[in-house]
Amino acid sequence: MVVLSKETILTWLEEVKDPEIPVLSLVDLGVITDIQSTDDHVTIEMTPTFVGCPALDLMKNEIIESLQKHGVRKVDVKVSFSKPWSSDKISEKGKAAIKKFGLAPPVPSNLFTDIEVLEHVACPRCNGTNTELKNPFGPTLCRSIHYCNDCKEAFEQFKPL
Amino acid sequence: MNTPALKELLYKIADDQLIYGHRNSEWTGFGPLLEEDIAFSSMAQDKVGQSYALYQILNQLGEQEPDTVAFMRNANQFHNCVLVELPNGEYDFSLIRHFLYDTALAIRFTMLVNSSYQPLAELAGKIKGELRYHTLHANTWIKKLGTATEESINRLQRSLDMAMPYALGMFEPSPFERELINEGIFEGEEKLKLQWMPKVEEVIAGTNLQLPDWKIIKPVMGGRSGQHSEHLQPLLDEMSEVFKIDPSAEW
Repeated sequence: MVVLSKETILTWLEEVKDPEIPVLSLVDLGVITDIQSTDDHVTIEMTPTFVGCPALDLMKNEIIESLQKHGVRKVDVKVSFSKPWSSDKISEKGKAAIKKFGLAPPVPSNLFTDIEVLEHVACPRCNGTNTELKNPFGPTLCRSIHYCNDCKEAFEQFKPL
Repeated sequence: MNTPALKELLYKIADDQLIYGHRNSEWTGFGPLLEEDIAFSSMAQDKVGQSYALYQILNQLGEQEPDTVAFMRNANQFHNCVLVELPNGEYDFSLIRHFLYDTALAIRFTMLVNSSYQPLAELAGKIKGELRYHTLHANTWIKKLGTATEESINRLQRSLDMAMPYALGMFEPSPFERELINEGIFEGEEKLKLQWMPKVEEVIAGTNLQLPDWKIIKPVMGGRSGQHSEHLQPLLDEMSEVFKIDPSAEW
């Protein structure tokens, strides 16, 4: 049997989406940190966005199901913090998908020095910065809540970390 | 690696996070405004999740499963400091405790990034980043309400005076203090306290609040060795109520 290439596996993993943002693949989210494959055994190493992310087990199971559907007989998913996730690991394609979904993509994490940085996040609808931070915590661990004074609508941001 | 020393360190941090996370979750549905309801609920989820990750490391070191450890121990087997088990009280007390506790926690995990025990060092790097949101939240509200009205200032001051002896109990020395320091696992409670005090002073200096004199505060110790207040056992009973109906249930 041919050893699967990393590229092939990555293409297959494109089908597995973030359960809370179904337009964003786990690959674009940046949580897949390593892929090892021998003839019929694939080991995926992943890392959670937030340590307390309740969707982690669901994501692990979906990775296993998806690869098995492509004929991989044995799939192991290991969780590790050796290459920790940061919002900077989200790909450009991923950031565009987040914005299209209606969330503001995260600002680069090195700019996040104080809560003030989150005060005028660009609105994902009108791109304007006449916005204000309503809450650094949101409906999921990875989102904050903002309000656009021009659109007169609330929006959420994928938090920089 | 000195395993008993390492386990003692992991247990106290994990237990602090679990118990404090549970207290935070008690604000769900009761916050003084919706944003704070969401903030305390979110921080609860972070903290309980972080305790789970620490219990998983303990599990790899031969301790029981995280759920068993979290739900099946009695109060005298918990190593959390007394500060975190105190009831939420009113919002002013919860806010003061949040500020004092999370300021220390953020420094503790910053120190642990350099731990000689690799799994803890890696996890600490991750948790440290998440805690920035918690400390920024605490500092923002302490500054806001600590300079607002006579009532808000008086309430925070009373809670600060009441919480401080318990806050100093966070730094109760471990019986393995020397081993932890010598082996580079953790730089020690005393060093943590000495970094915590100026951070607390700095934020309080931006408010109308007064810090009590450090020298005359008598720390409330004992939590690290299982001597708790009457408030811990009822919390554990409530937290484990559903789990204990059927410990073998699959969730």
